[in-house]
Amino acid sequence: MSTRFGFLKEVFASLRKDPLGMTGLVIVVLVLLASVFASQLAPHDPLDVDVHNRLQSPSWQHWLGTDQLGRDVLSRVLLGGRVALKVALVAISVSLSAGLLLGMMAGFGPAWLDRLLVTCFDTLRSFPTIMFALAIVALTGPSLNTVIGVIIITSIPVYARIVRTQTQALRDQDYILAERAMGASTARILGHHVLPNIAAPLLILASMDVPAVVAMEAGLSFLGLGVSPPTPSWGSILNDGYSYLRNSPWPIIAGGIPLILVTLGFTFFGESLRDILDPKLRGKGEAS
Amino acid sequence: MLRFITRRASLSLLILFLAVSLLFAMIHMMPGDPASVILGPKASPELKAELNQRMGLDQPMLAQLGRFYADLARGDLGVDVFSDREVADIVFEQLPYTLVLVLAAIGGATLLGIPLGCFSAIRRNSLLDRITAVMSVAFIAIPSFVVALYLLLWLAVKWRWFPAMGAGASGDIADQARHLVLPAIALGLGWVGYIARLVRASMLEVMEENHIRTARAFGLPERSIIVHYALRIAILPTVTILGLGIGSMLSGALFAEIVFSRPGIGKLLHEAVITRNYPVVMGSVLVTTSFFVLSTLVADVVNAALDPRLRDSRRSS
Amino acid sequence: MTSPVLDVRRLSVSYQTGRGTLRALRNVNMTVQPGRIVGIVGESGCGKSTLISTIIRLLAPNARIDGGSIEFMGRDLLSLESEAMRALRGDGISMVFQDPMTSLNPVMTIGRQMTDIQHRDNRSRADKLARAARLLERVGIADPAEQLKRYPHHLSGGMRQRVAIAMALMTEPALLIADEPTTALDATLEVQIIHRLRQLQQDFGCAVLFISHHLGVIAELCDEVVVMYAGEVVETGSTREVFLAPRHPYTRKLLECDPGRIEESTRHLPVIAGKLPDLVDLPKGCVFRSRCDESIDICARKPPELEGDDHCAACHVVGQ
Repeated sequence: MSTRFGFLKEVFASLRKDPLGMTGLVIVVLVLLASVFASQLAPHDPLDVDVHNRLQSPSWQHWLGTDQLGRDVLSRVLLGGRVALKVALVAISVSLSAGLLLGMMAGFGPAWLDRLLVTCFDTLRSFPTIMFALAIVALTGPSLNTVIGVIIITSIPVYARIVRTQTQALRDQDYILAERAMGASTARILGHHVLPNIAAPLLILASMDVPAVVAMEAGLSFLGLGVSPPTPSWGSILNDGYSYLRNSPWPIIAGGIPLILVTLGFTFFGESLRDILDPKLRGKGEAS
Repeated sequence: MLRFITRRASLSLLILFLAVSLLFAMIHMMPGDPASVILGPKASPELKAELNQRMGLDQPMLAQLGRFYADLARGDLGVDVFSDREVADIVFEQLPYTLVLVLAAIGGATLLGIPLGCFSAIRRNSLLDRITAVMSVAFIAIPSFVVALYLLLWLAVKWRWFPAMGAGASGDIADQARHLVLPAIALGLGWVGYIARLVRASMLEVMEENHIRTARAFGLPERSIIVHYALRIAILPTVTILGLGIGSMLSGALFAEIVFSRPGIGKLLHEAVITRNYPVVMGSVLVTTSFFVLSTLVADVVNAALDPRLRDSRRSS
Repeated sequence: MTSPVLDVRRLSVSYQTGRGTLRALRNVNMTVQPGRIVGIVGESGCGKSTLISTIIRLLAPNARIDGGSIEFMGRDLLSLESEAMRALRGDGISMVFQDPMTSLNPVMTIGRQMTDIQHRDNRSRADKLARAARLLERVGIADPAEQLKRYPHHLSGGMRQRVAIAMALMTEPALLIADEPTTALDATLEVQIIHRLRQLQQDFGCAVLFISHHLGVIAELCDEVVVMYAGEVVETGSTREVFLAPRHPYTRKLLECDPGRIEESTRHLPVIAGKLPDLVDLPKGCVFRSRCDESIDICARKPPELEGDDHCAACHVVGQ
């Protein structure tokens, strides 16, 4: 346990030397806190309609102005963060687990299973993600669960392929062969040797995936195909703002900034994490 | 080479076939029937039956799939039940708008990205390199529709430098070009960074190779070494990515088209999804997915053709 | 005595590494007289490659020249502007590199590469191609016009190395540096290339600096030998003298280990016991002491100087 902690400390120490990665981490933490305590932080009820004060510019009353129904934009942005991160958390953890399972099956299982799974992955990946999402929404109607489902289905192949490649590379290593020769079960080998080895690249991939998932949810909500009104989402705030663009620019400015911050924060943090954790890159850095 | 193309192409075809069948199956396995969704819950059973029959939904799924592929082979994507027009006509009417936008975006991204990546590699760790590195990551990460909205807000609505809506008057090339600028920037900005990063990485790798040392040992001018000896090799991976880029931009164009109210496949699909116009949804998804698969195929083939090493190894295999 | 083509004086070069300063060359002296073939021999890591990279001034970015001079035809290469140095590369000095598989550009035809290196001539492309074809013929490549249209990967290793030699001779340099040009080739090819190189050297009349760790090749080809160990020159002299009467213990061991010279039948190939000293943390005294059977007290205290007139050695024992 103490070694675990030491490892985290080491990562954090390296992170402190990387200003961009540190900025990313700070943004990520702030956004997470803001989303968790969104209800407490929000100055108004995000669903409170006040048609007399619609499309107002920022004031002491409404820091980010109001939208076309007079709802407080700041409160909607805060609550919208909750939606974005909920989608990211659920979608990534489910697709990560499923991808892990399927990828290990493909990498460690018989050849026919590998071929079958790889063909399935390739088929799913042959759709441009947004097209796939729109086709599904056309069938099921817009809802947040559909958005989550679409992201899961399109992300599984990405995770599974990485897991498969890594598993295959490990499968033929001498120490794994030795373990197998000594009669270790597949489950033991996967759990004790493969999993720890692919955990780091998967975590990096997952943190780099957050911006893509958040962007997908916001994008679909912007198209009116994500959350159903009146639930606030950064995408739906932008959609409302787009319709009343010529009356007030504030909803668009306010809805876009958190999206930019979150995508940048997670990307910079993820890149920094990758540089720290990826042993191959680490070796390169020392040699030069 | 021919064998490589055939093998690569048949694999693409197989995947496309599976993808389309999957999409088709999904439409038919979804709970609820499309007719009541389109016509609303109060529609009479006769009306529903008629619509189902017109959309071919009253037959068993395999028969429908068979008919669908038979029609597809003749270039028939079915009929749009709302306007009574051929779906193929509607889709191919919109396709050129999207293609022009994608080509403008990818062209601009390439013209900016390659020199930027090249300079970053040569002047490694310089200010330009660092700025490029941060900007690249930033522009890759920021969703393109946010970029599009901000461009619309400032450059079109506030400062009125560029038009905010549409594709320009037909026949007026200059007007069309002006309408193209903002959507192309929104679509291509992320790719500038992506291409720059890619070129930088492969450039750094190539500059370390032995043949570059040979060229230097013969006193060739550094410029010529960079452009003719290194960049030629360093852009090979970029070509593959460009193919993928065109494919994914065809669908990514959707946001730029919607934000700038520009005609195109993406806008068509969006409207079709909102109105639950299944034949049009199916048609436009089919066409963009085919382009997506095709562009990866072309990228692979072009890559093989550009690299004489690959060209020959693939000829012999 | 004519002035030398290449004169290296007390050259020291080091690399900045993560572990500290790696002193790759220390006080290296050597000369190449016009029309002579000089061989540099030594184990890998002895500084041969650093020496030639320094001569053509294509050192790695973390390398630093700590002192000494390199004169080429009377000009000090180390104080030359980088543009003037570039003008000399491939003109006065040309190079044949070690690995023929990677030292030619993979995506350009042989013809393009051979015309590109004639960039200083103002002749037409056709003239340059014709000249390239003539040179290919002289290095023993059949159907040269056809080969010019091909890419490096179409050619065998031996062919590529012939192409590299043709390229190096194209500008009729005063000095040709060949960095282990035959190491990657098999033995029969090696002999062919060596004979060809000897003959071409006589035809062109250039001086050659030939780097190898293969003693047989050096004996076959070179007029003079420079033996290097751990970044220092330990023995120099005419090939005949160094091979028949080696003076430095390291040279003697090197010769004992050469399979071509083993006369008794034995089950083990002899090797030099011990390993190279750490160039970041150099031992005091003689660098070879830890592997030497003949060391005496002074060897641990004072590094030996290269001494002698024509046949020199850097060894306290020899000096006594």
